[in-house]
Amino acid sequence: MSVAATARTQFMTNLRFRPALVLGLLIVVFWVFVALTIDLWAVYDPLKIVGRKLQAPSLSHWLGTDALGRDVLIRTLYGVRYSLAVSVVVVVCSVAIGSLVGAVAGFFGGWIDSVLMRIVDITLAFPPVLLAMAVAASLGPGLQNAAIAVIVVWWPVYARLMRGQVLDVISRDHIEAARAGGASSWRLLTKHILPLSWTPTIISATMDFGQVVLLAASLSFIGLGAQPPAPEWGAMISDGAAQFYSWWVAFGPGMGILTLGLGFNFIGDALRDILDPREH
Amino acid sequence: MTQYVLRRLISIPLLLLGVATVAFFLSHFTQADPLSALVSERQMNNPEVVAAAKQRWGLDRSVPEQYLIYIKNLVTGDLGVSFRTRRPVLADIAERLPATLELVIFAMLFGTVSGIALGVLASRFHDRIPDYLARLLALLGSTVPVFWSGLLLLYLFTVKFGWIPGPGRLDARAVAPPFVTGLLTVDALVAGQFGTFLNALHHLLLPSFVLGWSVTGIISRLVRASMLDALGQDYILAARAKGAGEARTLLRHALPNAMIPTLTIIGYSFAYLITGAVLTEAVFAWPGIGSYAVDSARNLDYPAIIGVSLIGATAFLLTNLITDVAYAFANPRIRLE
Repeated sequence: MSVAATARTQFMTNLRFRPALVLGLLIVVFWVFVALTIDLWAVYDPLKIVGRKLQAPSLSHWLGTDALGRDVLIRTLYGVRYSLAVSVVVVVCSVAIGSLVGAVAGFFGGWIDSVLMRIVDITLAFPPVLLAMAVAASLGPGLQNAAIAVIVVWWPVYARLMRGQVLDVISRDHIEAARAGGASSWRLLTKHILPLSWTPTIISATMDFGQVVLLAASLSFIGLGAQPPAPEWGAMISDGAAQFYSWWVAFGPGMGILTLGLGFNFIGDALRDILDPREH
Repeated sequence: MTQYVLRRLISIPLLLLGVATVAFFLSHFTQADPLSALVSERQMNNPEVVAAAKQRWGLDRSVPEQYLIYIKNLVTGDLGVSFRTRRPVLADIAERLPATLELVIFAMLFGTVSGIALGVLASRFHDRIPDYLARLLALLGSTVPVFWSGLLLLYLFTVKFGWIPGPGRLDARAVAPPFVTGLLTVDALVAGQFGTFLNALHHLLLPSFVLGWSVTGIISRLVRASMLDALGQDYILAARAKGAGEARTLLRHALPNAMIPTLTIIGYSFAYLITGAVLTEAVFAWPGIGSYAVDSARNLDYPAIIGVSLIGATAFLLTNLITDVAYAFANPRIRLE
């Protein structure tokens, strides 16, 4: 069998039926569907008082009502919009910044590499939540600032990943051949190195969505992210902490964070098996 | 080896300087008025306080001079004064450190023991149902928000079942033991107050479970992988051939070899524990650094929150150093670059 054919068979075996991947996709597709269409079918307004306050779950309010009498289920469903939007923005920006820095550092080496990687080291020296809290507090409370804070914490991870990958690829023969063929630095980097360096970043980014949702929600829980009355999950759990004896106020939003995190994790895990079987 | 340790030691002050620089930027440039990061709003109208703060932090000087003064103050342990408690931030942190340490130690204990147990179990039943269950449990631990699971479990076990005392480190009527280490369990034993010891342990149970569970997955994943690796080696075959039982093969022959890589991850999971401790403490009203950080952030108490980040980063860097050095000693095969 030719090498290409072996590789293809290998790829097909990796694509075999994976229950975890299917479950992960179902969860994420469900939440994306909810985020896109909730306006069309929500039976209550997430910001309006629709009943007595702090009602336990019932047929008319499946997850009960909160301290003001708003429907917790509807607020939870609306909440996915904040979490998805923040995590997409944070992951895309962090991957862009981190990959750029990592690729430049790995490709050029020398003092550029040293300076960039020391910045990465220093950022990674902070416990993530504490740095995110300090940045968010300095910028002032708000969802946008919380997102910036999470980006500040998150990009160095991708920088390290991409640098390692670029260093690995750059030592291969075909790069030497391209260089000998007179390819410019820019062409080397964009055409010959980066296309071979993306896989770990994609896998890691998929896994990170859930963690980013969690960190952003943590900031909101502390009061540095989304502000009331926004139905954001972290802020809703904070409401739940204030209503300790009404467990249902916090239940829905926590399930949201948990399921979204599990979903992205299942997909990321399967992606790793499919794209990079050696790693497992 | 010595060279490696020395080089790592030298890098620490440089990294700390970098960390302090980040803190300087945070406190000076993100705010419209750097003064607002040093003087609380209510005192802004008090010209004496404003002048004193300007003088102390050199705000009337140029930015490079301000930076030098900032670093000088940090070196002498001056992290500024908290707006909220009106005490030096360092004193606040020192007072709350033992509570956090005690929580983190117990959480680490739980996370390590459960992580190793789940990892060994998963490797023994590789790709069978116990393996999947162990991995799911571990994954749940690292995905579930601690500020949510803590809240629900606290409700369940205190209100519904009444098995666990409420939040805090001790019952309100319990007498705190005299201060020795600040760790209530240790101090109570030293003072011979056995009832207080049990009470402190009872209070630690739930928060250290919630916090420890978040690192179970990190540890069990690595133990599983290293156990699978170890179980495929010849010396396992040899042990089985000479008739060693299953438990003995797993625990005496495979596990010690699987523990070397695990050692590092246990050290690094300290970072996750600090992160998790911040939110766990907030839920359990645990009077440690984490809840101090959360209260500070909620009140935009800049000196306090930046001070906690600085201390956290320092602790983090030192733990990683200790872990790396311990790893190098435990595994001489590893050539350190």
